[in-house]
Amino acid sequence: MTPLEKTWADSPGLLGGLSTVDHKRISIRYIVTSLVFFALAGLLALVMRTQLARADNDLVGPDLYNQLFSMHGSAMMFLFAVPVMEAVALYLIPLMMGTRNVAFPRLNAYGYWLFLFGGLMSFTVFVLDIGPEAGWFSYVPLAGPEYSPGKRSDFWAQLITFTEVAALIGAIQIIVTVFKLRAPGMTLARMPLFAWAMLVTAFMIVFAMPSVMLASTFLITDRLVSTQFFNPAEGGDVLLWQHMFWFFGHPEVYIIFVPALGMISEILPAFARRRVVGYLGLVIALVTIAFLSFGLWVHHMFTTGLPPLGMSFFTVASIMIALPTGMQIFCWIATLATGEPVRFATPILFVIGFFFIFVIGGLTGIMLGASTLDQQLHDSYFVVAHLHYVLIGGAVFPLFAGFHYWFPKLSGRQLSETLGRWNFWLFFIGFNVAFFPMHILGLEGMPRRVYTYSAASGWEGLNQLATLGAFMIGASVLVFVCNVLLTVLRGARAADNPWGAPGLEWATASPPPAYNFAQIPVVASRAPLWEQNFPVAVVTGLPDSVPTVLVTRLHDALPDHVALMPTPSLWPLLAALATTALFIGTVFTPWALVWGAIPVGITLIGWFWPTEEEARRHRAVEIKPQTAEQRELALGELMS
Amino acid sequence: MHEALNTAGPFAAEIAKLFWIFAGVSAVVYVLVMLFLVYTLRRRAGRGSTPPDAVPPRALRAIGVSLAITGVVLIGLALADFFGNRALASVPADALRIRITAHQWWWELEYLDAIPAHRVMTANHLTIPVGRPVLLELESRDVIHSFWVPSLNGKKDLLPGYTTTLALLASRAGTYTGECAEFCGFQHAHMSIDVSALAPDEFARWLQGQRAEAAEPLDDVQRRGREVYLSSSCRACHAIQGTISAARLGPDLTHLASRPRIAAGALPNDPASLAAWISDPQSIKPGTRMPATQLAAADLSALTAYLGNLQ
Repeated sequence: MTPLEKTWADSPGLLGGLSTVDHKRISIRYIVTSLVFFALAGLLALVMRTQLARADNDLVGPDLYNQLFSMHGSAMMFLFAVPVMEAVALYLIPLMMGTRNVAFPRLNAYGYWLFLFGGLMSFTVFVLDIGPEAGWFSYVPLAGPEYSPGKRSDFWAQLITFTEVAALIGAIQIIVTVFKLRAPGMTLARMPLFAWAMLVTAFMIVFAMPSVMLASTFLITDRLVSTQFFNPAEGGDVLLWQHMFWFFGHPEVYIIFVPALGMISEILPAFARRRVVGYLGLVIALVTIAFLSFGLWVHHMFTTGLPPLGMSFFTVASIMIALPTGMQIFCWIATLATGEPVRFATPILFVIGFFFIFVIGGLTGIMLGASTLDQQLHDSYFVVAHLHYVLIGGAVFPLFAGFHYWFPKLSGRQLSETLGRWNFWLFFIGFNVAFFPMHILGLEGMPRRVYTYSAASGWEGLNQLATLGAFMIGASVLVFVCNVLLTVLRGARAADNPWGAPGLEWATASPPPAYNFAQIPVVASRAPLWEQNFPVAVVTGLPDSVPTVLVTRLHDALPDHVALMPTPSLWPLLAALATTALFIGTVFTPWALVWGAIPVGITLIGWFWPTEEEARRHRAVEIKPQTAEQRELALGELMS
Repeated sequence: MHEALNTAGPFAAEIAKLFWIFAGVSAVVYVLVMLFLVYTLRRRAGRGSTPPDAVPPRALRAIGVSLAITGVVLIGLALADFFGNRALASVPADALRIRITAHQWWWELEYLDAIPAHRVMTANHLTIPVGRPVLLELESRDVIHSFWVPSLNGKKDLLPGYTTTLALLASRAGTYTGECAEFCGFQHAHMSIDVSALAPDEFARWLQGQRAEAAEPLDDVQRRGREVYLSSSCRACHAIQGTISAARLGPDLTHLASRPRIAAGALPNDPASLAAWISDPQSIKPGTRMPATQLAAADLSALTAYLGNLQ
């Protein structure tokens, strides 16, 4: 074992697994966990589709059905879509940036554990029949103390708290890692577009999540300590919830969608064998989407009787988001048009599927953004169709493209192309069979969130078709799971750069060693691996004997200083357990906040308690000025 | 079927027109973009390819032009929506005013009139005149609901603490069905509203009929039925004008037999359904606020006979 390997290695066995702060190990767990939640939430959808396959069906009653769709939506949004994008980013960003870990490794571990415990809590309470029942949007007063007695909506509110804390932690990691840990020479203008997309997403998370945390906290206090934020009888306001929820809820959609745009901007040029056309335009489009997304939440409230002039303003804001989105589509098509003809491997198939599905979702989005037209379409099955076209087409298809594209890097093995094709075609056909008919159902007057419908409505045929499609999607996901399992067990070994892609993540081994890069490369262009003489230089002088990263300046990525990284620790896990106890305790009593803070405080003190050895390492690494030899000497003395 | 595109009045027609404009533009855009995508994917090697790091000026120009066209189209669509919005927002002055109060899970309808005796209470079946605008004043007593009859207009939410309004105008006679469109709990799926549009003279007769007190029982069975009604728990929630039953927690039953469906559309209005609904509502509409009423078989059929006579 080289000194570098020894420095970055986890201790073996269970202890090493629980205390690891390696972004790759944590991210793979994060991805697998969110995919398990995706599969579970998908199974809930299959139960719903089975219920709706027949008119007046009594397979599932209203009580269970309401929990099914509430849990399906909440889990897909909070336990799958947002976390999986962050998880992929937390794996890839340090590799793309050419650094050895995320900026705050222990916080990263804490964020994952909190996400895991929040998700486990949600599915456990669902099985115990105390799952959320008022929808993923939990409109008051239906979710308030009077109309949702018991603890169901409290657990929903705490699901929000868990996942939002985890999401904010991920966002901060991404922002600081992208801003400060880039390889020398990787100026902002040379960053991979996925890094740009995640940077934009992370800022959106930072600005959007506090709104829903505040709203869900209001809901908890209304339910737990009888505040009256949402009770009109006591001067509260039911629309206050909607404003606060959608001020988060609409950016949320783009928090899920923008990372997917970043993935496409990475995958598509690798297959077209040329750099993306319109890099600057794509970056501007990402930033524009982020800004606009905070100015159009009211299009979820067009039927609440708001003033028409205000609605027109939000109509224009909603419709205009088609410009930056169109910009992305045009730039990608231009890239395909001016590149080499593509080889139709599974990742690019999913990207093409994205184009065919997402553009429909974008166009129906313009219809829903138009306040007048929305009067008919709102809260009908048309919206169910639209949102799945944008979220599955716009985010899940790119995500599956990403899985197939980066899987060799994650695992060192190549996924089966045959199974990949089955995966794609079943998904693509099944998706359209399931969701296209819903547009028509909506126009025929079928409202959302109904547990059944009468035979006289005439909606049965299209619903049966939708159910058939849903089961095809289920089969497709099953194929994917088999593909992953078979590949992990006995898949073909993958090369370090199987796609011949230009990004830095392909410059290291597959799977990457714990320290990511033996030598940090210096970057001279946007497509470093396509340069003749890559790397033009490497960073020398980083100590092998202690975990450090090179910190560079924000805009020009010139080396600034060396930062010592924290070592593996059990404290993040313990702190997450203490936080979990606090969050779950507050479902039952407000005093949990007081007494629960004590173990949280203790674990945080343990987490940050300085050890003598750490202090010495800090001094050894950070005292300036010193040459590399002087520093190795100082560290050698320390180690002896 | 009640469809948003199969319209029966100018408001819904305005929205349907917008739908076809948006759908037409969308179809053209979609086909163009996909055709170009397929063309680029099926290109032969070498054609159109440029060096991997070159900035192809033709492609940039094409992007610019596409964006400009997109912008113009979007402005056009926004303007179309803006004028549609104005058309829908104009409320005629001579409108018939009806207050709709939503409950979990039924609709309470009150025809407003300056003369209190002329006010009419009914439930779940809205009757309107053809050709005369109707202004609905929408309120809720519990959670948020949404009134949606696609053939006549878009939807509008009924929010506790707010009064919203929605105008309806039927241009042809007929019965149109709508549903509650905002998720409102257990029986959101069984909260239909039927709208009958009648010719003006027919409507006037109907309104006159509704203003009358409940019909007197015609025979002994019906008289027995009224006794059962008044001596059981029914009148704790329901009202029948002309009797001592005047509660407002449930639908007004004064002219129950004039409504084709009961339980907000969950059942047809016939004696068997009425009997089933009275004796075990929870099995038909789980969660409904209506409690089960245990009655002897003879009493139950007498009660349904009495209710069946409340034209």
